[in-house]
Amino acid sequence: MPTPYDEMWEKLNLDLTAHEGLLQVLGKFYGDIYLTQEGRLKGMEYLDFVLSEVHGLRIKEIQEAKAQGRKVIGTFCVFVPEELVLAADAVCVGLCAGAEIGKESAEKILPRNTCALIKSFVGFKLSRLCPYIESCDLVVGETTCDGKKKAYEIFEEYAPVYVMEIPQMKQACDRDLWKAEVRRFKERIEAVAGKEITAARLKEAIKLVNRRRQVLQRLNQLRAAVPTPISGRDVLLINQISFYDDPVRFTAKIGELCDELEKRIKAGEGVAPPETPRLMLSGCPMAVPNWKLPFIVESSGAVIVGEESCIGTRNIRDLVDESGDTLEEMLDALVDRYMRIDCACFTPNQERLHNVVSMAKELEVKGVIHFALNFCQPYAIEAFKVGRALEAAGIPMLSIETDYSMEDVEQLKTRVEAFLEMVR
Amino acid sequence: MGKETVTVNHALVAGIDIGSRSIELVLLQDGQMVHWDLLPTTFDPLGQCRSLLDRVRAARIVTTGYGRKLLLEHLDHPEITAITEIQAYALGARHLFPGVRTILDIGGQDTKAIALAMDGKVAKFEMNDRCAAGTGKFLEFMAVALQMPLEKFGDFALQADRRIQISSMCTVFAESEATSLMARGESPANIAMGLHLAIVSRTLAMLRRVGVTPPVLFAGGVAHNPCIKSLLEESLGEPVLVPDQPDLVGALGAALYGQKLVAHA
Repeated sequence: MPTPYDEMWEKLNLDLTAHEGLLQVLGKFYGDIYLTQEGRLKGMEYLDFVLSEVHGLRIKEIQEAKAQGRKVIGTFCVFVPEELVLAADAVCVGLCAGAEIGKESAEKILPRNTCALIKSFVGFKLSRLCPYIESCDLVVGETTCDGKKKAYEIFEEYAPVYVMEIPQMKQACDRDLWKAEVRRFKERIEAVAGKEITAARLKEAIKLVNRRRQVLQRLNQLRAAVPTPISGRDVLLINQISFYDDPVRFTAKIGELCDELEKRIKAGEGVAPPETPRLMLSGCPMAVPNWKLPFIVESSGAVIVGEESCIGTRNIRDLVDESGDTLEEMLDALVDRYMRIDCACFTPNQERLHNVVSMAKELEVKGVIHFALNFCQPYAIEAFKVGRALEAAGIPMLSIETDYSMEDVEQLKTRVEAFLEMVR
Repeated sequence: MGKETVTVNHALVAGIDIGSRSIELVLLQDGQMVHWDLLPTTFDPLGQCRSLLDRVRAARIVTTGYGRKLLLEHLDHPEITAITEIQAYALGARHLFPGVRTILDIGGQDTKAIALAMDGKVAKFEMNDRCAAGTGKFLEFMAVALQMPLEKFGDFALQADRRIQISSMCTVFAESEATSLMARGESPANIAMGLHLAIVSRTLAMLRRVGVTPPVLFAGGVAHNPCIKSLLEESLGEPVLVPDQPDLVGALGAALYGQKLVAHA
């Protein structure tokens, strides 16, 4: 079926036939998982719209920005300081990595035992199905895990890749390394964008990204109400879209949605009955459209009230200090903020254990479901310590390792249902 | 059946465990098992369930197992509920052996290790994921490879005169490992023992993740196999309890759950 975007997609060198198929599957998947929910907020219409236009209108906007000379920077990880990208007047987008796409092509160049997220971004590129990657002037990778680190070396042959080195510990020398990396990134972005990152521009960008984090923090505070006024699936979607959408518009729209939530809470309206068991997710990022586990959980009679994840609190918990005025002060503020990320790539990673436990307590959850992508060693191994920390706090945890395929859905349902029987 | 009008017997509660290999039915009346039955799952589990439930006038049905949702969706019965195998086994096991703290259930395609709290509630559980390695399915394949009837496979393995290690748990790889052992002249009984040892070592890892607190109950279809039982006892250094009808534990637990619901109604 022809769409108003065909010409644009063709220019981006997408595989038009396969892409049409992808959008159809995505639309059906979204309909089944999202549009069947009862008592949905009016504010979610915006998110439905953005998702339905995720490869359409948003790409068109990005192409228009490019036509005006702005550059597009793609990222895969919450470690990449978006503030620097925006300060260079470039567009920052999270790249497609949440669906089992182009797996066969990806497995031609990657071992089978590679995590689904890595296979997915490589697959999207090789099968020419991600208009974001095709729009990028630079794709920023990072050394969070060995899988990504080595995959970028191969990916470099297909896209303009730049890799940031992420420290693995949090000692003074690691901060020095990270600061040098932030500086190196700033220079590279300035070169790509052809614009100098001035103190004034950086100050604006810091504020802009903080405002978006704050509105998402507000959303998380509101959803913590009993009964929770919004489904976990919807909050996950909002967090996923925060990586794609225009930050100013997104912040305003989520602000409106939060106003609606406040009204719901005042009226005592919940998305599920008050006795519905509340659960929290913790672990690996769930990139769009990876809604598999949240859907299983919420169709088994529970409601998710928190995501301790990169697409969740790990991305929004900490703000950048806004008090600095000189470029140097602001770079330091950025460095400090990003060094606080409690990714499982760090050793030791005591902060995360503390954060998971305190979040579970604050949200009054009955249990935590730890999610690790298959072959993601950092999170899969850390699950043991997370489980022990939660156990010490009297909070049960279910550890799940899975990927984007649907073949284990029945087994996952059994586990999730048994976990709910156990915690209820 | 289904649409015809039947008079239900209000004292009867049915538990039905729809597994990948077999479907078991247990009927309880005032807490006593009054009837049980078992059929292979086949390619028509719903039809098999219907044959089992035909003429059964239970006031309440509780389903469990892999196919628990199937009956829920297709059977026209006013009082039907589903629970997971984990909960069903916990309830069934405690009913048969009130002090049980650890349950191992090896079924046709799933292995489950369940730790129970003092009060009998599920405290922790582990389950194999999508791969059926180390389950009844694995034994079935290997019995075929060694041209042994499944029911005799355990006794046959116990005739082994030495222990060889078969390292692969993948059904396909283990079969080729067994084939190459045969080619090297290893006795079939020793190979059978090696295959049983492989299952037990995998199972022990799962049991140890939930923690092994005695007494330990071994249930599910594979609990019929005397070699697995004896190897488990040897490794755990504990006697392992096996019910007379180890495949009925899930259905029994489901029926017991139904009885609780009736009592609370």
